[in-house]
Order: sequence, then structure tokens, then C-alpha cells
Amino acid sequence: MYRYDDYDQAIVDARVEEFRDQTRRRLAGELSEDQFKPLRLMNGLYLQLHAYMLRVAIPYGTLSAPQMRMLAHIARTYDKDYGHFTTRQNLQYNWIKLADAPDILAQLATVQMHAIQTSGNCIRNISSDQYAGAAAAEVEDPRPWAELLRQWSTFHPEFLFLPRKFKIAVVACEEDRTAVQLHDIGLQLHRNDSGEVGFRVFVGGGMGRTPMIAPVIREFLPKAQLISYLEACLRVYNRFGRRDNLYKARIKILVHELGADEYRRQVEEEFLHTQTLGLDAPQAEFERIAAGFAPPAFETGLSDDVDRSDPDFAVWLDKQVAAHKAPGYAIVNISLKPTDGIPGDASSAQIDLMADLAEAYSFGELRITHAQNVVLPHVRKADLQAIWQKLDAAGLATPNLDLIGDIIACPGLDYCSLANARSIPLAQKIAGRFGDLERQRDLGELKIKISGCINACGHHHAGHIGILGVDRKGEENYQLSFGGSGAEDASLAKIIGPGFSEDGVVEAIEKAVGVYTSLRADGERFLDTYRRVGEAPFKEAIYG
Amino acid sequence: MGDLIRFRDDETHEEPAVTLDSFLEQSNATAIRLEPTDDPRALIPFLDRLSLIEVAFPKFRDGRGFSIASILREAGYTGELRAAGDILVDQIVPLRRCGFDAILSEAEIDREVAAKLAALYGNVYQKTVDGRAPVWARRSDPTHG
Amino acid sequence: MKILTGNDLVTGDVTWWTGDGWSRHIEHAVDVDSQGEAIAAAEEAARRVNGPYVIQATMTEAGPRPAHIKDRIRAVGPTVRPDLGLKPADPTIGDWVI
Ligand code: HEM
Ligand code: SF4
Repeated sequence: MYRYDDYDQAIVDARVEEFRDQTRRRLAGELSEDQFKPLRLMNGLYLQLHAYMLRVAIPYGTLSAPQMRMLAHIARTYDKDYGHFTTRQNLQYNWIKLADAPDILAQLATVQMHAIQTSGNCIRNISSDQYAGAAAAEVEDPRPWAELLRQWSTFHPEFLFLPRKFKIAVVACEEDRTAVQLHDIGLQLHRNDSGEVGFRVFVGGGMGRTPMIAPVIREFLPKAQLISYLEACLRVYNRFGRRDNLYKARIKILVHELGADEYRRQVEEEFLHTQTLGLDAPQAEFERIAAGFAPPAFETGLSDDVDRSDPDFAVWLDKQVAAHKAPGYAIVNISLKPTDGIPGDASSAQIDLMADLAEAYSFGELRITHAQNVVLPHVRKADLQAIWQKLDAAGLATPNLDLIGDIIACPGLDYCSLANARSIPLAQKIAGRFGDLERQRDLGELKIKISGCINACGHHHAGHIGILGVDRKGEENYQLSFGGSGAEDASLAKIIGPGFSEDGVVEAIEKAVGVYTSLRADGERFLDTYRRVGEAPFKEAIYG
Repeated sequence: MGDLIRFRDDETHEEPAVTLDSFLEQSNATAIRLEPTDDPRALIPFLDRLSLIEVAFPKFRDGRGFSIASILREAGYTGELRAAGDILVDQIVPLRRCGFDAILSEAEIDREVAAKLAALYGNVYQKTVDGRAPVWARRSDPTHG
Repeated sequence: MKILTGNDLVTGDVTWWTGDGWSRHIEHAVDVDSQGEAIAAAEEAARRVNGPYVIQATMTEAGPRPAHIKDRIRAVGPTVRPDLGLKPADPTIGDWVI
């Protein structure tokens, strides 16, 4: 993993000092809330329903065992003993005191972590593939590029006051685990016809009120020009993105209103100029960063055999373990979705345990996924059973990856001041209704995603079944959509009809699942069947 | 009028600033005021005879001025570049990094806080028009400014 | 009735105006009638509260009950973690919210 050098550390430390002083000025009355709010937001500090909420960045979803332990330590010392992993590879603490926030940031800085730009109208935490560096199919590890972008975007003076938030993802597989086309900019490393590796650049995706799948703005960008090209993309957006209406301020609206061709033309024109400014770091700097992501020292000659005699272990193995590029190794998915749990929440003890497992079995590395789960990326197959036993004892071995119980849910009205309805109790009810794991496995991949309001933090537009909480005359109500996907076959879910109460949603999903099981062809997922037969039979079953 | 801080040694420019449109119509003014929607590149042919370009910040959240300033400096403008309007003390560092060398703030600026903030960030990650060596350049040559 | 609520500036805790100060317990909230905005402004200026606002509520046997579910949840804590709210001994407290 990349380690900070003295420069990186100095910059993060400076930010802690800056924020300590800003907090002091606020508490002393030198700053009003109006003045302080944008400053605290630039450090990921919100005021939520019950307290301040602090969002900590986990850049490109990668973290080390000591960093993970620090997250547990902070949860235990300053919060209520747990944290919430989010769809953007961040961690949120829900019960933070303003007076403690500078100390928390100082503690995070000791393990090379921060909350810089985890909110505000700036470039946010760069997201990436949780299997980076471990997946066989990737062109190369995308994380050195993500780290380059982390540095470039940190306090980029021109882009701190964009029209709206800005989210970038970097991936290197055709298989998409990051929802790359639903980001403001999605960067996909791929090989062109002459065998060179460069970026496919998607611009203008996003969720929120007006979901859009990003068009390709450049099919091939040479790697060495990444920064000067992004400067052009961002400059066009900063100058011409709408600022008259908060809901039309994202880059997706600019790209949509200009049309992809015109946006591309403007970017290319600006790019001709930015290329002359010497903005890209030299190859040596890139190599320095890449060295930080050198593959760990995988042992060779390991066996691929795993003893499957314990049936419970075999079930977990088939569901939670993915293929690794190194022989004898595997990728372990840890479920933060126990049936009666809170999607994405983990206690300090669980966080510590995951850190211990990473240290003992995964070269000290962990990943966070956008589906709010955790990954041990580099595990010897021979260790899988031992890992499973420890996870199981801690309630972390529910074998439900990508199944109906693996629900993405935003904090909703239980925590979020923008919410219309609660998300978590609904997730629990659905997971409970389909609590039989054998049934879940029979239903196969079925991604349910729940947001408590139109902001779509729970990715409901990208759910095979998406659920949106709305306020109907002061009552919680839920709109149901079908057919979305955040993967390489990205699509936006479509509202099926009038909304439901909490219990009504569960019944409607039960009916939709019934339609699927009666109509599915061999090997078809719920999404495939829905796409093939269309919404009519589902609508009929739910409302007929 | 507001609180003016200048980071240059020459005399303050006294001539009233004209709008971009009126400048383009009868262009012998030497001071001009750009709105966030104006195209700074329209000024490129005239940069060497301008001594003050004021860029409006109607709200501190409106970051268009940061790009406008960068574009003007990239095009070689060396006169005074003044950010004018709703400006937070915490924005002075990024404003200067984008080439502003004068700040005209509607509210009074706390000089002590401004000085503290300016001293805080000895390292920067990006190459910008302020000419400071980014960290990536200093890494290979630590003597770099 | 109208009651006044906000968050404590330092801790972020949800608080309710009691007539002479702020309490974490909604049972202590008093009717502010038409005084809410004035109290809010003065208290915010004195930094005894952050983001205060006036809400509608009805008086019940158990104390004031906010008209909107959001403020009922603020009053008791997250419904999915009754152990973390102000009435951890009452696991059914979430029902009061609905
Ligand atoms: C609880 C405090 C939170 C607040 C106040 C908040 C606020 C928002 C807002 C206002 C938007 C809409 C932006 C727009 O459409 O322009 C948004 C989008 C989003 N948020 Fe959150 N959010 C919160 C928590 C979360 C959490 C917990 C997650 C992850 C589970 C998350 C992930 C996202 C994602 C993925 C989007 C969609 C990005 C897009 O529109 O492209 N947020 N959030
Ligand atoms: S989707 Fe709405 S309710 Fe859910 S976290 Fe985002 S802003 Fe809050």
C-alpha cells in the first residue's frame, strides 16, 4: 500500500491545525454557523439528526490493518462504539462532538488518514474497485492512478468551489464493481487496438434527483496526460456548470444540456491549452506512487485445494470467496449484512477483528466496497476455513453476497436530516422476510438498494429493485423501481407504480420475486428476466 | 467599499474599472471588472495594456473566479488581479494560488488569521500559475522552492 | 403548541427549550407560542444552541409530541438502535415515533 512521505504527512497535518483553529474560532463566537458550515463540510463534518456526523475518507477503498484499528479506536473513544461504511467507500461516525473533531482528525493523521473533501462542492474521495490488485482480469492496478488523483485533487485551488460535489472513480476491469458510469467522471483503464493502456473517460453520470448514465467523452486517453485532461474537464464544468439551481448543478446536467459532443469539443479545446502548462507529474513520480502498490510477496507453489467437508463452510466459500490472480490465493468478502443488522454498520470489536484478520491472513490489507461490505483481498486458500470460523463467531459470515439480503441502505430518517423516510428498518424487514438463506441462494443475484430521499445515497436508481423513501402527507411511503444496475450493464431503474407503506413494499417484493421464479429461464438473474419480459407481468402481480 | 489587501508593491490603481462590454466597445480603459459569466479570453489581445482586472465574487460559493484568474495568468497577464466581493479569509490561499494578488473583501479580513493560514501550507500538490513547485517536483529535487 | 428545538453547539446533542434553558428531554419542552423565533435568535447568538427551529407539537400525557416524524426521531434517537437513545430501557420506544 502507498505510504505517505513527509510531504503528504505535512499537508494532512496542516489541515488538522487549520481545522483546529477554525473550530476554536467557531466555539469562541468569531465564526457564525453560516461561515463555519462550509469549512466544517470541507472536513466531512455535518450536523445530522442526533449529533455531528464525521465522514472519514477511505481513499479508493483501501486501508491497512493499523488504519482499520484506528477507525475502531475512534468509534470506541469518541463515538458510540460503531461506524457506518458507506456506498462511497467512506466511514461515517454518527455521534461526534464538535469539540472532539480536531482531536479525531489528529488521530487519523497519525495513521495517514483524513476527512479532507469528504463533503462540500469539491472533488470528493476517489473511489475504486475493491478487487484492485487482486482480480485476474484487470489491465493493471488502478490504485496508483487513484492515489495520483487523491493528491492532485487535495486542495486543488481552482476546484474547491465547484457548482456541486464531484465524484471520480478509477477502475481497470471490464467487470464493474464500482458503478463507474454513475460517477461525475469515471475512468476505466483499458487496452486500445495497438496494445497501449490508457483511460476510457466517462463524464456526466450520477444519481440524485436526475439520474444519468455517463457517456464516453474520450475513448482513449494516454495515461501520462491524465491530469491535464481532467483539468480541462473540470475547468469547463467550473466555468459553465449551472449555479442557478442546486438540483441542476451537477456536471451531468451540463453534459446533458450541451450534449456530449459539444461538451467533448469544449474539453478538447481546453485540453489543447492545458497540455502546454506542464501540469502532469513526470513518469518518475508515477513510478514512485506505483511502487507503493507493488503486489505483496505471494508465496508460490500453494495448493488450490480447499477442504469442503463442512457444509456451512462450503456454502460460505461458494458465496463469499472470489477468484484471485495468484494461484493458491483467494479474495474474501466479509458481509456487513447480517439479516437483522444495519447494512454497513460494524462495531469497534468487529472492526478490530477484521484488522486482526487482515494482519494475520491478508498482508495487512483491507478493502471497503460500495455495497457496504469489507474485503480481505489476498488470502491463502489454506487459511479460508480459519478465517470463516472467526468471522462466523463475530456475526460477519452471512453468506449473502449480492443476494436479496445483501441490501444497500442509506442511513435514512434514523440519522439523516434530509431524509423523508427510514431506510434501515425497511432493509431489515425485507432481509427478515427472505431470511432463509437457501431461498436467497435459489433467487440468485438480486440487488436491492434503498435511499431515504431523492438524493439517492443508497443508489436506488441502480438497484435491480430500487426503493425510494418519500414523504406522503407526513407519513413514510416508498416508491418501488425495477431494472437498474450499477455494474458494467449499467441501467436506471424505472418506477413501477404508486408507492407503498413499509409492509406494502415487502409484500410487493414478495410478489415480484414470485413472478421472477415463475418466468425465469435457465441461468437468468432477476434483472435478466425483468429485462426480457418487461415490467408488465410484475406490475400485474403487484397491482393487479 | 470593503477591505483591500494587496500582495504587490506598486501603487494602487485609481482609475474606475469598466465592464467587459464597455471595454470591448471603446477600449482605452486600463482597469476592468469581470463578472463570473464573462469570458476572460476576450481580453487576451489587450492584456499588456491593462493594469487592473477585478473579478467579481457575488457569493463566496461561486468559484468561477478561480478559473477566470488562472486563465488570465496562463495567458501572461502580469497586472493586478483583484478578487472582489464575498470572500472568506479561508479562501485567500487558494485565491492566491490561482493568481490573485489583491483581495477586496466586503467584510473585514482578520489579518492575523490570514497570516496564519498563509504560513500553514508549505507544500502544495498542484502546479498552478503561482509558480510554486508542487510536491512532485520537490520530491525529485528537494532544493526546489 | 409550538416548541423550540436545536442542537447543542459543542456536543451536537438534540435539545429542547424549557423556558429558561435547554434540555435533552422533550418532556421538558414548553410552549413558546409566538416567542420562538426571538428566543432562537438570542440563544443562537449566545452560542447556547446551533440551528434552532420552531416546530408544531401536540401535548399528550407523555409530554409534547412533535407533529413531524423527523422530530419524533430526534426526540428518541435512531429507531433501529433504541439502546443508544435516551430511553435505552424501553426497546419499544420506536413505536412512539410512528
Ligand atoms: C447522512 C448524511 C448524508 C447527507 C446529508 C448526504 C447528502 C447527499 C446529497 C445532498 C446528495 C445529492 C447530491 C446531488 O444530487 O447533487 C447525496 C448523494 C449521494 N450520497 Fe449522500 N448524504 C449522506 C450520507 C450518505 C451515505 C451514508 C452514503 C452512502 C451510503 C452516501 C452516498 C451518496 C451517494 C452514492 C450519492 C449519489 C451520488 C450522485 O448523485 O451521483 N451519502 N448525498
Ligand atoms: S439518500 Fe437522502 S436520506 Fe439517504 S443518506 Fe442521502 S440524503 Fe440522507
